[in-house]
Amino acid sequence: MSEEMFPEPEWLSEEVKTGTTIIAVTFDGGVVLGSDSRVSAGEAVVNRVMNKLSPLHDKIYCALSGSAADAQTIAEIVNYQLDVHSIEVEDDPLVCSAATLVKNISYKYKEELSAHLIVAGWDRKKGGQVYATLSGLLTSQPFAIGGSGSFYINGFVDAEYRKNMTKRECQEFVVNALTLAMGRDGSSGGVAYVVTIDKDGAEEKCVLGNELPKFFDE
Amino acid sequence: MCGLLPGVLHLRSSFKMATALQFPANVSTLNNYNELYPDWTQREVSTGTTIMAVEFDGGVVMGADSRTTTGAYIANRVTDKLTPIHERILCCRSGSAADTQAIADAVTYQLGFHSIELDEAPLVQTAASLFRDMCYRYREELMAGIIVGGWDPRRGGQVYTVPVGGMMTRQPVSVGGSGSSYIYGYVDSNYRPGMSKEECLKFTAGALSLAMERDGSSGGVVRLAVISEQGVERQVILGNQLPKFSTV
Repeated sequence: MSEEMFPEPEWLSEEVKTGTTIIAVTFDGGVVLGSDSRVSAGEAVVNRVMNKLSPLHDKIYCALSGSAADAQTIAEIVNYQLDVHSIEVEDDPLVCSAATLVKNISYKYKEELSAHLIVAGWDRKKGGQVYATLSGLLTSQPFAIGGSGSFYINGFVDAEYRKNMTKRECQEFVVNALTLAMGRDGSSGGVAYVVTIDKDGAEEKCVLGNELPKFFDE
Repeated sequence: MCGLLPGVLHLRSSFKMATALQFPANVSTLNNYNELYPDWTQREVSTGTTIMAVEFDGGVVMGADSRTTTGAYIANRVTDKLTPIHERILCCRSGSAADTQAIADAVTYQLGFHSIELDEAPLVQTAASLFRDMCYRYREELMAGIIVGGWDPRRGGQVYTVPVGGMMTRQPVSVGGSGSSYIYGYVDSNYRPGMSKEECLKFTAGALSLAMERDGSSGGVVRLAVISEQGVERQVILGNQLPKFSTV
């Protein structure tokens, strides 16, 4: 809020962050993950079409937020660890295992890292699950939101989420939440990426800016 | 403070002292979590808050939570943040409690004087402009976010928002305070132009409950006020009567 004079653009020395909106919701039979696509360095948008939904395994995805470098690195490391683990057990890994691996890294290096990943997927044992791993905690929730844009939709998701939504309703809920957050948060924007995971696999979809729902805009 | 005109804002060089207790200088250099002196003795009183106002055909609905905090201590859990400025004009206050009370007192005086000169009810826009002038002129010293709502015969129900910094704009629905960030999504998706008075009341109570649930600095009861040609109707919704949105 205070006026300052900058001799050079701030973003040249700013870390690249995915100031972001991410959301993951369970439905009966799977999960739906959603994210925006903006990567910012200070005031500049360095990537306007980044897909922040990163696969950890066939039916397990994670949503990235916070420092772009930290989040991507965690996702790659866990992807590798999960591959090794799934070969060892000769079966598809559990979502809980993936989330625990993410949590272990987030917790051990919590002073150095500043990334928050939401892990979501489907496994045979418990069906669709969403895990939040903020700063090294691990909690399973019916839905989770994260990133700078998530503050603005806390009220919306609290009011609109209902248990036992259908797949279609979940996808609409995720797209609506992302649109509202992108409308209010300067660090979120671009297109909306939506991934739906159920027992048949993962389906990725991209909703372009002009296809997003329109809400009353004052 | 005797002898000073109430209509003019007299700023003291360190007005925060009006609310904080006096401690030796070396205390403030210590860690904020010094156990010798509780947190709230060194913090300014602020209405960390959620406030909201909505226009409908025939008037406005204004709402606020009721919590005033000094740091982690709740100084007042039944605050009335809907302050009357004139017969059919109210303002919602957020930010520093001292600043907003002083500004509201000054504007009430100025508006009362203006309305006597005019010999008719003042316009809501006039009240909002007076707030704006004061908040902009003293923007470096003040910390006040105000929403002005009211009814006048010329333009009906109107809501004007004067956030920190001193801008003024008219909006059909406006939210403010620390808790407002959490309900932007809810307000954007649920507001429709042309709602009735009852729908507006339900919408406001719902939005405030959601914000109070998520924001640590908002809570207590929900105070609502409806301003229309007939006058001002006030309501209080107690904690156990608030709409429930729990997902557990």
